[in-house]
Amino acid sequence: MLRFLFKRLAVLIPTFIGVSIIAFSFIRMLPGDPVALLSGERVMSPERHAEISHQLGLDRPIVIQYLDYLWGVLRGDFGNSISTKAPVLDQFFQLFPATLELSICAIIFAVVLGIPAGVFAAIKRGSAFDQSIMGAALVGYSMPIFWWGLLLIILFSGILQWTPVSGRISLMYFFPNVTGFMLIDSLLSGEKGAFKSAVSHLILPTIVLGTIPLAVIARQTRSAMLEVLGEDYVRTARAKGLSPFRVVGIHALRNAMIPVITTIGLQVGVLMAGAILTETIFSWPGIGKWMVDSVFRRDYPVIQGGLLIIAGIIMLVNLAVDLLYGLINPRIRH
Amino acid sequence: MTAEAAPSVSLDPSRRRRLAEFWYYFSENRGAVIGLWVFLLIVLVAILAPVIAPHAPNAQYRDAVLLPPFWESGGRATFILGTDAVGRDILSRLLYGAQYSLFIGVVVTTLALVGGIVVGVIAGYAGGWLDTAIMRIMDIILAFPSLLLALVLVAVLGPGLTNAMIAIALVLQPHFVRLTRAAVMGEKNREYVIAARVAGARPMRLMFRTILPNCMAPLIVQATLSFSNAILDAAALGFLGMGAQPPTPEWGTMLAEAREFILRAWWVVTFPGLAILITVLAINLMGDGLRDALDPKLKRS
Repeated sequence: MLRFLFKRLAVLIPTFIGVSIIAFSFIRMLPGDPVALLSGERVMSPERHAEISHQLGLDRPIVIQYLDYLWGVLRGDFGNSISTKAPVLDQFFQLFPATLELSICAIIFAVVLGIPAGVFAAIKRGSAFDQSIMGAALVGYSMPIFWWGLLLIILFSGILQWTPVSGRISLMYFFPNVTGFMLIDSLLSGEKGAFKSAVSHLILPTIVLGTIPLAVIARQTRSAMLEVLGEDYVRTARAKGLSPFRVVGIHALRNAMIPVITTIGLQVGVLMAGAILTETIFSWPGIGKWMVDSVFRRDYPVIQGGLLIIAGIIMLVNLAVDLLYGLINPRIRH
Repeated sequence: MTAEAAPSVSLDPSRRRRLAEFWYYFSENRGAVIGLWVFLLIVLVAILAPVIAPHAPNAQYRDAVLLPPFWESGGRATFILGTDAVGRDILSRLLYGAQYSLFIGVVVTTLALVGGIVVGVIAGYAGGWLDTAIMRIMDIILAFPSLLLALVLVAVLGPGLTNAMIAIALVLQPHFVRLTRAAVMGEKNREYVIAARVAGARPMRLMFRTILPNCMAPLIVQATLSFSNAILDAAALGFLGMGAQPPTPEWGTMLAEAREFILRAWWVVTFPGLAILITVLAINLMGDGLRDALDPKLKRS
């Protein structure tokens, strides 16, 4: 297992260095003066220009600049935002819980609905139930989620007035930020109605962000289940006279879950891409909206840092999924 | 000597049989056939947009701002699906929008496919350090969420449809590289390749004429997937304001313009998104059918 871990790390580290080179160099590829881009000052005297250039280390050879940047990144220094002057990493940690909370809810939503749907579709293969589930999954998979979000707002916020349009919680509630997770903080605050408000704000974004993972998981579960149900050991279990529930629930599902877990792990990238759109639609103060806003503000240190942090997180999650996969399926370790 | 000049392609009976076999398996999948018909209809709409659109896509009717579809009270029969905030006919814009979406799909898929094939064939055929280097670069691109990378690339290149298409093609390309490489590595030590090499075929011919045609099945399936992804991503970038710029009647851009009227005029939001969904769904249905028809493992023989 340890060797497997080292082998994966040996691939991961060069990839991360490559990612950091991309994040580092894209500012230098931009048209215009990097000094002005990184400092955010448009008009400056030659002296000021030289001063900032020296301050940011931009007057040094490019290789040194890169190593300097990498060294900073390894110590957690991603530079400062142009618009707020705050360190990029601090901002990231401030906003990340919002995205994490939304992503966790979305993936729970997708797993809780997707796995049973896939299992039952596989058991009832070819039935009307199977066909409608797979039809719905294909629609979900093809969904432009930014439009899906707008439709849900029209229906639930506009016509039915059940849910709020945007934000994480109603403005009338104010309580200390303990964990960064609105659901937990609102419970801790003990304020009446705060938790309910947090939940009602979370429902639509969860559905929107969870739709594509839900469709992918349902499809993957169905096909993994179909494959497993045709195996000899399942037939043996059936022949032994085990109840259908035991055959499907214990024997088949356990093995069918192996590819499904990988699929769930791969959804992290999908969730991050989805967060960009979902958070923009619902004004959800998380990483996705932060990145979009920074692109519009031309806040390059934030774009650079955010790109690197997000890619780093995805790589670590993928590594964790790989390790988990190695644990539950010992065959692939070798 | 004269065999090369003969028009052998259309008369080749084995090719025709293969095509018939392909159609047999493809048409078994009812969804795929429906998808194909819908897709052909969209292509037809895109081609005929100037003829069938009741209005010019950017014509503004100042007396007809935010009119609902004709079946709602206040709607007019000349504006079947209503008008937007500056009085443009939504139906006409949607019809013209089909041109953009198909254009985006074709260009992005072609760029990603051709680029991916060339790089993938080289990686798979050459092996060694070149292969390792290429695959590491592809890993790096795949480490980013595709939409985020496309968004940042467009921020670097400048907003606009052309740059959005380049960015999306770049982001989709690693999938083709991986598939091509895997297929080429599976094929390159087969007997027919060795025979061709012994017969004196040069590396270029071996790579692109001998091996590549036998690796096309997974690439075709991936190409349909990329086609729908390209349309979705381009619409998403348009929605974020980084793709096609107003007043282009691109569906994602139309949605972005419609956002502020969402609670007042449902039709400006509903129809462009529906157009995206139907197009993407039709292509994905076709993709499923193609996969079933081209993947021998899934064939129920």
